[in-house]
Amino acid sequence: MKRITWLVPTLYIIFLMLPIYWLINMSFKTTNEILGTFSLWPHNFTLDNYIKIFTDRTWYQGYINSICYVVLNTLISVTAALPAAYAFSRYKFLGDKHLFFWLLTNRMAPPAVFALPFFQLYSASGLFDTYLAVALAHCLFNIPLAVWILEGFMSGVPRELDETAYVDGYSFWRFFIKIFLPSIAAGIGVAAFFCFMFSWVELLLAKTLTSVEAKPIAATMTRTASTAGYELGLLSAAGTLTIIPGAFVIYFVRNYIAKGFALGRV
Amino acid sequence: MAKVRLQQIRHSYNADAGEKTEYALQRINQVWEDGGAYALLGPSGCGKTTLLNIVSGLLHPTEGKVFFDNLDMTLTTPDQRNIAQIFQFPVVYDTMTVRDNLAFPLRNRKMEPFEIEERVKTVAEMLDLTALLDKRASGLTADGKQKISLGRGLVRSDVNIMMFDEPLTVIDPHLKWQLRSELKQLHRRVGFTMVYVTHDQTEALTFADKVAVMFEGEVVQFGTPEELFLRPNHTFVGHFIGSPGMNLLPCELDGGFPVFAGNRIKLAAPITQINTNKKIELGVRPEFIKIDENGFSIKVNRIDDVGRYRIVKAECLGQNFNVYVPEGLEIPTENLRVSFDPQHTHVYCDGWLQNEKEPA
Amino acid sequence: MIERIHNQKAWFMVLPVILLVAFNAVIPLMTVVNYSVQETFGNNVFFWEGLKWYEQVLHSERFHASMTRQIIFTSIILLIEIPLGIAIALTMPRKGLGATLCLVLMSLPLLIPWNVVGAMWNIFALPEIGFLGHVVNSMGIDYNFTQQPISAWVTIIAMDVWHWTSLVVLLSYAGLSAIPEAFYHAAQIDTATKWQIFRYIQLPKMKHVLTIAILLRFMDSFMIYTEPFVLTGGGPGNSTTFLSIDLVKIALGQFDLGPAAAMSLIYFLIVLLLCWVFYTLMMRNEAR
Repeated sequence: MKRITWLVPTLYIIFLMLPIYWLINMSFKTTNEILGTFSLWPHNFTLDNYIKIFTDRTWYQGYINSICYVVLNTLISVTAALPAAYAFSRYKFLGDKHLFFWLLTNRMAPPAVFALPFFQLYSASGLFDTYLAVALAHCLFNIPLAVWILEGFMSGVPRELDETAYVDGYSFWRFFIKIFLPSIAAGIGVAAFFCFMFSWVELLLAKTLTSVEAKPIAATMTRTASTAGYELGLLSAAGTLTIIPGAFVIYFVRNYIAKGFALGRV
Repeated sequence: MAKVRLQQIRHSYNADAGEKTEYALQRINQVWEDGGAYALLGPSGCGKTTLLNIVSGLLHPTEGKVFFDNLDMTLTTPDQRNIAQIFQFPVVYDTMTVRDNLAFPLRNRKMEPFEIEERVKTVAEMLDLTALLDKRASGLTADGKQKISLGRGLVRSDVNIMMFDEPLTVIDPHLKWQLRSELKQLHRRVGFTMVYVTHDQTEALTFADKVAVMFEGEVVQFGTPEELFLRPNHTFVGHFIGSPGMNLLPCELDGGFPVFAGNRIKLAAPITQINTNKKIELGVRPEFIKIDENGFSIKVNRIDDVGRYRIVKAECLGQNFNVYVPEGLEIPTENLRVSFDPQHTHVYCDGWLQNEKEPA
Repeated sequence: MIERIHNQKAWFMVLPVILLVAFNAVIPLMTVVNYSVQETFGNNVFFWEGLKWYEQVLHSERFHASMTRQIIFTSIILLIEIPLGIAIALTMPRKGLGATLCLVLMSLPLLIPWNVVGAMWNIFALPEIGFLGHVVNSMGIDYNFTQQPISAWVTIIAMDVWHWTSLVVLLSYAGLSAIPEAFYHAAQIDTATKWQIFRYIQLPKMKHVLTIAILLRFMDSFMIYTEPFVLTGGGPGNSTTFLSIDLVKIALGQFDLGPAAAMSLIYFLIVLLLCWVFYTLMMRNEAR
């Protein structure tokens, strides 16, 4: 009986790794080999696909663009969310419950609904095709998430900490930055992680709001897929490269993954 | 119901422990008679929960054997031992009614439905749960839920031993005393062998016929509440039991009698003289120190008035100790002199009681 | 819980958030509402049309078709991913190196950009070239997701299961880890079977995390766009055109502002309604 239970997660993990392996496999093959034979590993191992990406500006610029707006969004979202979460955690004010719920509903908004209006709005504001555009657009669902997570962590810090600081003569902002923030460092980490994750993976809005300058790697990839000349090897290499940041992040937070869900809100 | 015997039990949570300090239980030899009410008393970390889990079968000891009525049960599982255990916080099946909770173990043992009905009714009446039988278990208060946990143990007639692991931890203070006395009544009525684990001496002393006091993985004394109070085997017992606990004063031995602050202290009988570098201490409870003009003088630091009695916090030669003074007696603040009751003054060597020599 | 004090000045602290979210939510929504009740023939000339677009959308075959597809898709997804996620969480190691390894590997699909997920499965499932396509076809089954609706559906569902089940696993795992050992001990003493332990202890205690898992999976699968779009483009034909894909086609593809806007609002309202229902259920559970 015990044997079987060990099998279930193992089979699942194999299932998860297969497509990833296949992608990496393809990334080291030439287009000829891909279209010609079916092989479980590259017979004519080649780094050409990767070389192309690292040398062709239209390709590597895509990665840079993506990282830029993701980091920008994470910074904006977490920075704006911090005082707001503090307010929700510590104060009662007119309409606070409704405001909180309204924020959450934005996480539940179908991006498709916003594609067209965003296109018009950001064009009209002159922000079209900039990092700021995508970073701001992603705030729609990342800020509510960040506020939700941070509020949970902040509520775990006793009020006594605030009061002691005031008695000791700290001004509000000095207290907030020097004392309060370090005490919820884990929460900030979790919030930043999720903001990064949701911004990094999102395609629709990122593609809609950019064209050339701030074009994310996702858009470059989809363009390649739809034009003639099925450069599968190149596509695979590009895809493999996008997995790496995610893998890094998971590795760094590996000890917090399950714990992080249990703490805070979930 | 069964007589439970623990033989040479040692336990360590590390797979290959060598040092003494790695053992949660040093060496336990214990017998619990059939139908008795016992307590395991000790501070956190003394090993009492470990011992409990070894008896119930949730843990297999590193060394030693567990016998139920002389049958070796050391390596059996809990369901094979017919035990009942009540935990620190209520363990109930939230989605079931109280009735179904109580019936659960019986249904699993394939008892006849009408028999189950009978037993559930009896136990519910015993625990005052009859009115709540058809309510969902999740809706009850903490003490109600603990009663359900208790009930699931009582409902089985074949229980060898019933164990309580600090069961009143989550109960409201004003309900604790009520539940405590109910437990004692239950024991009289049902007659199971019961072992109650706690760090609270009041709970232990009121529930149990005999208490095993544990300290750092050993049972330092196993006796009635009276024995523990009047004749502590170990300084820990003296100190832990009683409020405040026994006074322990370092002293020297001279001809079988302790010498403190230059005074020879009288005992019921002299003890064997030990000439050693080990720690010798004089133990006497605050209740057995009398104000005595002919005694030796001590300095009064403070007097705590507790109502019916007072505790004098005194000092002599840098040693602090407490004196219990009943209501009505005058306490001279200057030049207070006391003496110790010889019948209840004991000498301890390295923590262990030194017995008086038998009269020739 | 913190005692919260009244302080209307707290509005200042919330202001940045309100501004950023309102900019992105309120203005676009107002635009959408605007379009949904007007007709335009270009050149920024608008005519009031009332509820004409809403009626048109609600009665259109096309909307019914994509709504139906969406409902079927979401239902299948939930029926597979929730039980599967729970089952995997139950059989995973609880602590130690094995647990960490499992968690790390299982989290990987969650951090892959959604278009890469679609592209990956595209390459994976291609009839001759892809691993899956090749293996299935060589087993005698005629499989081509670019041409056969059934194959396309199967592939999309497999892809979503691959992509998102880990979320259910992680949430369930967190819920299971929070159950104190004493419950299992008591069950052992009561001679409960494994199934009884699951039904009476584990499942009830996982109620909170499971509600969140179901809510998230329901919402996200109902709004799904990128992965199926990259994999099949909505095809073959219309067979995998779900609500979001259809909406974007109408809005950005055909620039039919009126119908697109009306559909957007209907879509949004459905999602909001369901979200509100779940939220209320969840809060009611907490209160008990």
